[in-house]
Amino acid sequence: MADLTTYRDAVSEGLARELRRDPTVVLLGEDIGAAGGVFKTTAGLFEEFGAERVWDTPISEQAIVGAAMGAAMTGMRPVAEIMFSDFFACCWDYLANEIPKARYMTGGQVTVPLVVRTANGGGLGFGAQHSQSVENWALTVPGLKIAAPSTPADVVGLMASAVRSDDPVVFFEHKGLFASKGEAAPPGHVVPLGEARVAREGADVTVVALAATVPLALAAADELAGEGIDIEVVDLRCLIPLDMATVLRSLEKTSRLIVVEENPYQGGWGATVASVVADEGFEMLDAPVRRLAGENVPLPFADALEREVIPTVAKLVEAVRRLASY
Amino acid sequence: MTTAEAVAIAMLLDWYEQMAVIRGTEKAAHDLFLRGLVKGTTHLAAGHEAVAVGASAALRPDDYVFATYRGHHHAIARGASPESCLAELMQKSTGLCGAKGGSMHLTRADHGMLGSYAIVGAHLPMANGAAWSAKLRGTTQVAVAFFGDGATNIGAFHEALNLAAVWKLPVVFVCENNKYMEYTPIEAVTSVPNPAADRAAANGMPGVLVDGNDVVAVQHTMSDAVERARSGDGPTVVEALTYRHFGHSRTDPATYRPADEVEAWLARDPLIVARQLLLEIGATQADVDAADARAKAVVDAASQAAQAAPPADPATAFTDVWADGGAAWRT
Ligand SMILES: Cc1ncc(C[n+]2csc(CCOP(=O)(O)OP(=O)(O)O)c2C)c(N)n1
Ligand SMILES: [Mg+2]
Repeated sequence: MADLTTYRDAVSEGLARELRRDPTVVLLGEDIGAAGGVFKTTAGLFEEFGAERVWDTPISEQAIVGAAMGAAMTGMRPVAEIMFSDFFACCWDYLANEIPKARYMTGGQVTVPLVVRTANGGGLGFGAQHSQSVENWALTVPGLKIAAPSTPADVVGLMASAVRSDDPVVFFEHKGLFASKGEAAPPGHVVPLGEARVAREGADVTVVALAATVPLALAAADELAGEGIDIEVVDLRCLIPLDMATVLRSLEKTSRLIVVEENPYQGGWGATVASVVADEGFEMLDAPVRRLAGENVPLPFADALEREVIPTVAKLVEAVRRLASY
Repeated sequence: MTTAEAVAIAMLLDWYEQMAVIRGTEKAAHDLFLRGLVKGTTHLAAGHEAVAVGASAALRPDDYVFATYRGHHHAIARGASPESCLAELMQKSTGLCGAKGGSMHLTRADHGMLGSYAIVGAHLPMANGAAWSAKLRGTTQVAVAFFGDGATNIGAFHEALNLAAVWKLPVVFVCENNKYMEYTPIEAVTSVPNPAADRAAANGMPGVLVDGNDVVAVQHTMSDAVERARSGDGPTVVEALTYRHFGHSRTDPATYRPADEVEAWLARDPLIVARQLLLEIGATQADVDAADARAKAVVDAASQAAQAAPPADPATAFTDVWADGGAAWRT
């Protein structure tokens, strides 16, 4: 039996491996040093690597991400933490206008090898300003790579790729997964950016998922298997690069496809997946492409209300049932 | 004439000539814009030359510079050729950024000129990052951010000053206070008389005012600030008082500026100020004329060459999104 570890510990493990490997890797963010991060995702790093590698910052999201950018342009590989992904809105200029464009608009003169990590997503009752899934915000901006792991091993493997990437990577850690457990990453584990993983093989319906909707889809698979519906779960792992080849390969097998995404339906990443499928997979389809997404309302606080708004196992089971019998 | 005097004259003549090249390039850019050969927008820095040349003279070649959309003078002062700048404005393949940046994004990274940024104030935190990086890598490089008076009222300015002081970064924040944002006088929207310098104390660093039209004064003030940064004593705010000779952008006639104000500042044109000083310290009129002639020749040749260059290749729209040189976003 392989070692089990939590998703939370995998974050600090992934960072520690890169800090050990490459002296140009430095971390900066609010409360990430001695405090170990508000989610304890940087626990132990300050102790191991010291104040020269792990930098506590003021509550200045623009100064944090802007400093990461300037350092990345001049020989470092900074990893900036934005405590909650909702706070991207406070430094959105850097993620929308500066970091993704610097290389292009200078005709390739500058390279920005940085990672911006953030705690993303709902399910913990943090209310409207601390619960959003905002991968789709980043998806609107050409020039950012986007990783959103669903398992501890992928956290470590994708972190390795993100830190080593010469392109900027936005790294979404799902809050709802921090306590979840999975196999620990083997030594030297690297997961390339832009390679989806078939998390469960199945013949009847392809479910395309990301981050917290992956375990959700796997739970739905167990329930549906009892009814004789065999779903294939594709964990995208990254939104950019987007591994449509794996999605289309799966569709070839199942002829039915549903996307399950936590962000609101309006502007969600599933729409991009669905549009490529409509363009390039139309002849393989035996049923309409479905999207199970968040509702188009702000995220409410109460559990009972939040469940109404974000995808759940029950909603996915129901949607797959209808799709399978279409 | 002593050797020291001769050296001083040669140095100032060099700065004067650099300023004349910048002025000529800005005038050429304006003419080309009026002729429809420059599309989009330009924000000319004519009038601001002494800030760029004086600051540049205080820096080492390996120091870092970050500028704004009004940044032609900084690109040229850091070694971008006028030809490559004009070619960029004219969408030519020989442009400084391959015609993917344009007037607002002139960059010469191999000379430490790490970009011109068109979101007001955004590059101050980046300059911090470059300074932080220098510190982490154990070099003695310094980073300089140039910005307008208007940038002192944006959040990134305040976040950047605080972090720079807290981390004692080798950075210098240089405000080119030309009294106006786009069309609004800065004093009408700012709580303190000196928008940059007066904010320095609140962030635990010195704030210095300097005559931004006097290249020698700028060089002196910047040398002190850069030395302070390099020796580990932390950041400084330098507020250089200057004035733009053209409008804010494109063909803005700048009628919102009182005529007597414009007249007074034009009389203190940084080129006039430097010329007077040159003659005072013993340069001859012939020296100055020769510098003017050399600058004119450089700019004329640059303009001709830039006009003659081939246009940008449309295929380059799909290069350099990613570090691998390409633009692939999916499989
Ligand atoms: C964040 C942001 N807000 C507004 C603008 C539009 N804008 C461009 S230049 C400018 C005026 C800036 O004035 P100042 O900082 O004094 O620089 P100057 O143009 O005088 O050199 C404004 C408002 C912008 N580019 N970015
Ligand atoms: Mg101004």
